[in-house]
Amino acid sequence: MTDDAPTNDGQRFDRLPETPDDREVEGRASRREVLDWFEERFGIEPDVFEGYSFWEKGAGKVWIFNGEATDPSEVEAIGMTLLRTRQEHWKPTSRAATRFGHRATTGVIELNPEQASRFVAGEDQALPAWDGDWGYLIATHEVAGERAPIGAGLYLYDELRSVVPKGSRADLPVVE
Amino acid sequence: MNPLERYEPLVDDAAAFRAACDRPLPSVVRVNQMAASPARVREAFDEEGVAHEPVGWHDGLFRLPDGNPGGNWPYVHGWTHGQEEVSVLPGLALDPQPGERVWDACAAPGSKTTQIADAMDDEGTVVANDNNLGRLSALRHNAERLGITNAIVTNQDARNFSTKPLAFDEFDRALVDAPCSCEGTCRKNPDVVDQWTLDHVHAVAGIQKGILARAVQATRPGGTVVYSTCTFAPEENEAVLDHVLGEEACEIVDSDLPVDTVPGVTEWDGETYDESVTRAQRVYPHHNDTGGFFCAKLRVGGEDEESAGEAGDGEVAA
Repeated sequence: MTDDAPTNDGQRFDRLPETPDDREVEGRASRREVLDWFEERFGIEPDVFEGYSFWEKGAGKVWIFNGEATDPSEVEAIGMTLLRTRQEHWKPTSRAATRFGHRATTGVIELNPEQASRFVAGEDQALPAWDGDWGYLIATHEVAGERAPIGAGLYLYDELRSVVPKGSRADLPVVE
Repeated sequence: MNPLERYEPLVDDAAAFRAACDRPLPSVVRVNQMAASPARVREAFDEEGVAHEPVGWHDGLFRLPDGNPGGNWPYVHGWTHGQEEVSVLPGLALDPQPGERVWDACAAPGSKTTQIADAMDDEGTVVANDNNLGRLSALRHNAERLGITNAIVTNQDARNFSTKPLAFDEFDRALVDAPCSCEGTCRKNPDVVDQWTLDHVHAVAGIQKGILARAVQATRPGGTVVYSTCTFAPEENEAVLDHVLGEEACEIVDSDLPVDTVPGVTEWDGETYDESVTRAQRVYPHHNDTGGFFCAKLRVGGEDEESAGEAGDGEVAA
């Protein structure tokens, strides 16, 4: 079988094209779209990601990397997972929310101590007071005098759903 | 036979050595300083009521007398990582710098990889390799939890590691924290003493020699290789260094570790080793109230071509 159009190879990491016009693999997000998405959704300035490269492996999983790599790269991992694309609503990973969430200026929901404990335990909770956009948010709380992102949440119908992965959930005390 | 008995002739105070080996170790966490300062972690522990004690020789370590290093907010935020005190030593000896190319040859579950990335301020490239695919998932989990973005993870046999999947063909520094007999971890995991066999010592020593030799080959002239284990067995420590000194262009150099250590031994069980193995450092449990450890720092031979402009020519090793 031959197929001239490059396709997404789930076994290796491919660098994202710079812009949609540079796209050769159908459905692959471009660097510019990723930067625009973080700016629109969370107010994270594109220059925060200057120096980082973005890669796709698997169906729509985008990784962020801050080192030197070949393109493509046949390795087990390259940097950390950042974002799930190739779906209607892109989804930031909870780890990306923790790593870069302190740079966000919008799409950030501040939780009180009790809400924070429920969130990190993986519980969904009613939070009708939120008047921002629905969709994926970065949940934060205050620790040691400063805001600290906990992870990603999905806000729908007056409810904040925790999307903290099972392996990262924890039963933690309410710290008043 | 209890293998610890075997090492009594090497230590200054056999009774103190054996008594220390029988005491459990406290939980210790290392601060991930690219995410939070030790002062902020201390404040967060205080707010949450997590008991903590400083470690005198390293301000980025806390002992947690109540245990449960993963059950608190600083851990969840990726500000801390549970790591035994002595396990921090090879990373200190390696002294990686931001922007460098560093190889962690036996990286899982990632305590040292993440310490290296932190010391590099998450800039440069750390290649974290392990031959055990299952253990690599623990490494990946730890690296993501701590927000490390400059690591590449590979799954190769370190003895014949190929740089072909990488964008460069030599490293500035390499860490060989080798698989070993692990009696030094007996305070954490007493089973290692029961499972010890001399056959395993000899088998694993062959693997250690192969990995250390490959690390020297894969590091640029003038670069640094650190060899460490958590065993007291000279067969797995000084004998491995002696072998690689004879096979590869390298020398052992002094490393200034911030704990009480004793020099490597030049004689064991009828064998003698190169005099320079005395620059390697043995860490005994009764000297610093830690686990047992062995650490040596090597300088790779040849002319130091650092900053000679050869970096990034992208050639791939045959």
